[in-house]
Amino acid sequence: MGEITAPLVRFDGVSKRFGTLTAIDRLSLDIGHGEFFALLGPSGCGKTTLLRMLAGFEAPSEGRILLSGEDVSTLPPHRRPVNMMFQSYALFPHLDVAKNVGFGLRQEKIGRREIAERVEAMLALVRLQGYGRRRVDQLSGGQKQRVALARALIKRPSVLLLDEPLAALDKKLRAETQFELMELQRKLGTSFVIVTHDQDEAMTVADRIAVMDHGRVAQVGKPAEVYERPASRWVADFIGEVTLLEGRFSAPGVMQTMIGQLRVSDPSVALGATVWLGLRPEKIDIGSERPADDINAVAGTLHEVGYRGDMSIFKVRLGDRSLMKVTVANTAHGRRGFAAGDVVWLSWPADAGVVLTQ
Amino acid sequence: MSARARLKRSGGGRLVVLIPYLWLIAFFLVPFIIVAKISLSQTAMALPPYTPVLDLAGGWTGLKDFAARLTVDAYALIGSDELYLNSYLKSLEVAGVSTALLLLIGYPFAYGIARAPGGLQPLLVMLVVLPFWTSFLIRVYAWINILQRDGLLNDVLMALHVVNAPVAWLSSDTAIYIGVVYSYLPFMVLPLYATLEKIDGSLLEAAADLGCPRWKAFWRVTLPLSWPGVAAGALLCFIPITGEFVIPDLLGGSNSLMIGQTLWTEFFSNRDWPVASAIAVTLLALLLIPILIYERLQKRAIGEVS
Repeated sequence: MGEITAPLVRFDGVSKRFGTLTAIDRLSLDIGHGEFFALLGPSGCGKTTLLRMLAGFEAPSEGRILLSGEDVSTLPPHRRPVNMMFQSYALFPHLDVAKNVGFGLRQEKIGRREIAERVEAMLALVRLQGYGRRRVDQLSGGQKQRVALARALIKRPSVLLLDEPLAALDKKLRAETQFELMELQRKLGTSFVIVTHDQDEAMTVADRIAVMDHGRVAQVGKPAEVYERPASRWVADFIGEVTLLEGRFSAPGVMQTMIGQLRVSDPSVALGATVWLGLRPEKIDIGSERPADDINAVAGTLHEVGYRGDMSIFKVRLGDRSLMKVTVANTAHGRRGFAAGDVVWLSWPADAGVVLTQ
Repeated sequence: MSARARLKRSGGGRLVVLIPYLWLIAFFLVPFIIVAKISLSQTAMALPPYTPVLDLAGGWTGLKDFAARLTVDAYALIGSDELYLNSYLKSLEVAGVSTALLLLIGYPFAYGIARAPGGLQPLLVMLVVLPFWTSFLIRVYAWINILQRDGLLNDVLMALHVVNAPVAWLSSDTAIYIGVVYSYLPFMVLPLYATLEKIDGSLLEAAADLGCPRWKAFWRVTLPLSWPGVAAGALLCFIPITGEFVIPDLLGGSNSLMIGQTLWTEFFSNRDWPVASAIAVTLLALLLIPILIYERLQKRAIGEVS
């Protein structure tokens, strides 16, 4: 390789303030070519502001935004080679589907015939052949979503920005559309940057996720990294379910907690400092008797049972009155017949948890 | 059953639906029939000053006799004398030019209000409506003061050395246009503001995102989406301006009269009620044309939506 290629998108020390409110706080982030990148965070974390700055609707208060190595911080939206799919879709109500999709091409010096051909090809790509003459208010929610997608893709942007693109769809359609988006992204090779508050969505579609909190990036990584090796208690808690146990290492591999001495295989932790053990509910085993071979085992009373069809959720009250959440896949009929009030044993191997220092 | 259907079934609901119809029958249809009837009469030195007079005491034969004596003489007169045609044309010209001017002034006005910060908008709308708190007549009289030979406008223009001698503003078409545009501006601004204010800001962002500079986004998104407001405002101004009497009478000259003035003259100076009525009926027929066009356009718009 030798030569250093610039990332497709680089946020370089970017801040954005609205009056006294700091929406983005000295944030730096790189997004690569052909990546499906997710900005994930609770509402108000600044993810939408970040996307809007990339589109050009907001100017950074400080810092630079680079696109393929070129500073675009002050470039107006109509001169940026990025396109956005809006959360509300923002389809033009006075134009039909074909005119909506072709809108971006009409701004350039492109002949009518070529526009018509590219619109037709785009509609085929999003499986809306024959819908060109329809008015947008005659479309269903899912069809509108696909028109918005086609309209944003037709100019072949270097980055496609998606602002909560699936939020308006019902659950089943949303799940299908997630896979369609991934397929589309692979087919086109365009970088997609998606903003979402839905962690399942981000985990499903994205190659990498930036978890955001209060205008900063709490962690960037592949979905599995963010889930399995969260950088902080906040990330661990935000992504998926977790039980956090506070304690300190008294010896290598031995952690003292409120529920007793636990075996934890994490070699890199300093002795004596306060740390937290994060345990994902699916990594814990539940049984009615103390397991013979497991290293970590605690007894508790079953507090609540939730049946979700594919799995069951158990909330277990431990000796120190804290609750530990356990999920078990319902792989066989009629198994795991526990009821609230039962005494149960929870167990997990030494490498099941993750040690968090902050 | 929907709430609406339930309301329709109940007696109270039916009454609510009836009220506008009763209103229109009592205050529009019945007076119109009376005026139309008078327009088919002939002048007479009597009280009322026309004949025949409908007398229901005469029974069926009386009614037949009445119908036989109706004539279209008044309409024939309107058609034959150029005075009336010129009045109609003058009215349409004043209404057309004024409506165009109102659009040119009112659109940026309404656009500015719609783009103002949200908290400021109610105040600005209030300011547009504020002149209504003073009597219309007094405001037009005020314009006489401003436009007359030694009035405010000439004082200012001469102090600024724009003109050296006073300009005769009053009693001219210019004065009529100033008065009309001033008086009708709220009727243009309010419907325009109502449509412009409803346009979703993300549509303009989408246009910008797809390559439109601001002016182009206005041209291709804002303007087409504001057509309903343009049509409503234009109609709301054009129709009453066509029949306007007070403004041309107070500010305009005497060389060419608008139809409202001609009607007034026929009624009060010439005491020719049939001709005055015929003028009114013809004017109404004339004004139905733009209303029908508007209705048609709206129906098509609704048809396309559903």
